[in-house]
Amino acid sequence: MTKVILIDDEPLARSMVKEYLSAYADIAIVDECNDGFEGVKAIAQHKPDLIFLDIQMPKINGFEMLELVENPPTVIFTTAFDEYAIQAFEQHALDYLLKPFSKERFDKAIQKWRSLQGGAPQDTTELLENTSLPEERLRIVVKKGNNIVILPIHTVHYLEAYDDYVKIHTKEGFYLKKKTMGHFEKVLDPKQFVRIHRSYLMNLQELTRIEAAEKDSHLALLRSGTRIPLSQSGYAKLKEVLGI
Amino acid sequence: MTKPLVSHTTIALSYLAWWMFWMAVQTYAMLHAGFDWETALTDASITQLIYAVAGYTMNTSMHAYQPGRRTAIFVLMRAIVLSIICLVAQQFILEQVNAKTPGYEEFLASTLSIRGTVGLLMMLLVAILTWFWVYVTERTETEQRKEDAMKLSREVELSQLRQQLQPHFLFNSLNSISALVGTRPEEARSMIHQLSDFLRGTVKKEDGKLVTLEEELKHLQLYLDIEKVRFGHRLRVEILQNDECVAHKLPSLLLQPIVENAIKFGLYDTVGEITVSVKAAMEGTMLHIEIKNPFDPETSVTARGTGFGLSSVKRRLYLLYHRNDLLLTSQQGGEFTTTIKIPPSI
Repeated sequence: MTKVILIDDEPLARSMVKEYLSAYADIAIVDECNDGFEGVKAIAQHKPDLIFLDIQMPKINGFEMLELVENPPTVIFTTAFDEYAIQAFEQHALDYLLKPFSKERFDKAIQKWRSLQGGAPQDTTELLENTSLPEERLRIVVKKGNNIVILPIHTVHYLEAYDDYVKIHTKEGFYLKKKTMGHFEKVLDPKQFVRIHRSYLMNLQELTRIEAAEKDSHLALLRSGTRIPLSQSGYAKLKEVLGI
Repeated sequence: MTKPLVSHTTIALSYLAWWMFWMAVQTYAMLHAGFDWETALTDASITQLIYAVAGYTMNTSMHAYQPGRRTAIFVLMRAIVLSIICLVAQQFILEQVNAKTPGYEEFLASTLSIRGTVGLLMMLLVAILTWFWVYVTERTETEQRKEDAMKLSREVELSQLRQQLQPHFLFNSLNSISALVGTRPEEARSMIHQLSDFLRGTVKKEDGKLVTLEEELKHLQLYLDIEKVRFGHRLRVEILQNDECVAHKLPSLLLQPIVENAIKFGLYDTVGEITVSVKAAMEGTMLHIEIKNPFDPETSVTARGTGFGLSSVKRRLYLLYHRNDLLLTSQQGGEFTTTIKIPPSI
C-alpha cells in the first residue's frame, strides 16, 4: 500500500485530489494537513511515500516546509502559480500540477511517479537549493528541537558556513540549516547581506566598525561585540557596498 | 484646435480703427499747416491706406516664421523694404493726385524723411505685435497639449491600477469550483455565478466613476462569498456600517483590494481562525473606512511594507484627490489596521 499525505490550506483543493485518488485502490491517504507545521509533523509520523504539496500556505511555504523535513518523500506540487513562476523549480521537482488540473493530467503525474519508483529518487536538496520565493528574502525558517522558528531577516546578525550546514547567528544564539552559503548569498538582498568572507555572510545593519588586524587583514566588529574576519575580496566588496 | 485668444473680427476692427486714428491725426496736422480739406484728406487717407496694406502684408508673411533670434534679421529687412515701398508708392501717387495744390510738391519733398521713418516704425510695431501673438498662441497650444497628454496618461494609469486582478485568486477559485462539481454540483453552480458577477463588476466599471458605499459593499460581498467558499473553515468577516454613510460616494473598486490584502495578510501570517473587520463611519464630512486583520508581530515581515495591494490604492487616491494622506496603516498588538478616508465628492 502506498502512503500519501495531502498538504494544502484549502480543504476544497484537497478534496479534489482525494476524489482523483479514489480511483487508485493501492493508494491510501494517511493524513491531510492545513499548513506546513502540520505537514512536518505528519511526515515525521507517517513516513509517506508521496506527498501532494501546495506552495503558498500560511506562515511557511511549501519549499520552506520541505527544508525542515529529514529525508523528504517524493513531492508532487499542486499550485495556482503561473507557468513563469513554475520554471524556477520544474526541472527539479518530480511533477507539478497547475490548479485547476484535470483527471487526465493527474493520472499522468501518478504514472510518472510510478515509473520512477525504484529508480533514482528525486533530488530534493538540488530542488531546494535552486528555488526560492520572494518571501524567503525576508525570513529564514529553521528548526530548533521539535519547534519551528521563523526568523525575520532583520533579526539575523550573520551567517557562518559549518560543514554541510549554515549557522544562523541571532541574538538568541545560533540555528542550523542544511543549506549552502551560495544559496543564501543568492536569495538574500545583496544590499543587506554582504559575503565578507568565504565562510561569512554579514548583515550590514549589525556592523559597527571595521578594525585593522595584523598584516593588512581586517575584522568586522558587530553590535553584539562579535568580530568576524574579512577576506581581501570581502573587504573590497564591503567597501564598495558602503560606498567608501 | 484651441480657441484664439481674441476673435478675428475684433482684430480686424482694431486694425482699421488704428489707421483711422492716424488718418485723423494727419488730416488735422495738415489743416493746421494751411492746406485745404480736400488735399489734407486725400493725403491722409492714401498715406494711411498704403501703411495699412503694407502692415497687413507684414503680418501675414510673418505667420510662416517661428519667432526666434535667427529670423529677427529677416523681419527687420522685410520692415525696411516695405517702408521703402510705402514711401515710393506714396510719393508717386500723391504727386499725381494733389498736383494742383499750390506748395504741395515742396511739402511732399520736405516730409519724405518723416514718412519713411513713420512707415518703418509702423512696420516694426506690426512685426512685434505679430511676433508676440504667435508666441502666446503657440505657448497656449503647447500647454494644452501637455495637459491633454497628462490627463490621458492619468486615465491609463488609473485603469491599470484598477484592473490588476489577481490570477492566483482566479485559478484557485476555478480549482474550488472543479472540486465542488463532483460532490456538490449546486454549490459549484452558485460559485460560478458569484465569480461571474464579481468579474463582471470589475471589468465594467468606468474609470474615476464614483459609487455609493452601499454599491461598493455589494461588490465586496461577492468577493467575500467566493473567499468564504475557499477559506470558510478559517475566515470570518465582519462588516459594520451605519445608515448615514451608505450613501456617501467613493471611487469604485477601492475597497475590495484593501480587504483582499487584509484577508491574505491574515490568512498567510497566522494559522487557525481569523476575523477580518470592515467598519465604515462618517468623521465630519469625510467617510472613514477601517479594515482590520490579525497578524503575528513576532514573525511578520509583511507588516513592514504595505504590499502591492495597498500601494496601488494609495496611488489611486492620490491621482483622484491629489492627497497623500488618505490611506493610513497602523499596527497594535497582533492587529493590523488600514484606514482610508474619502473626502466629500464635489
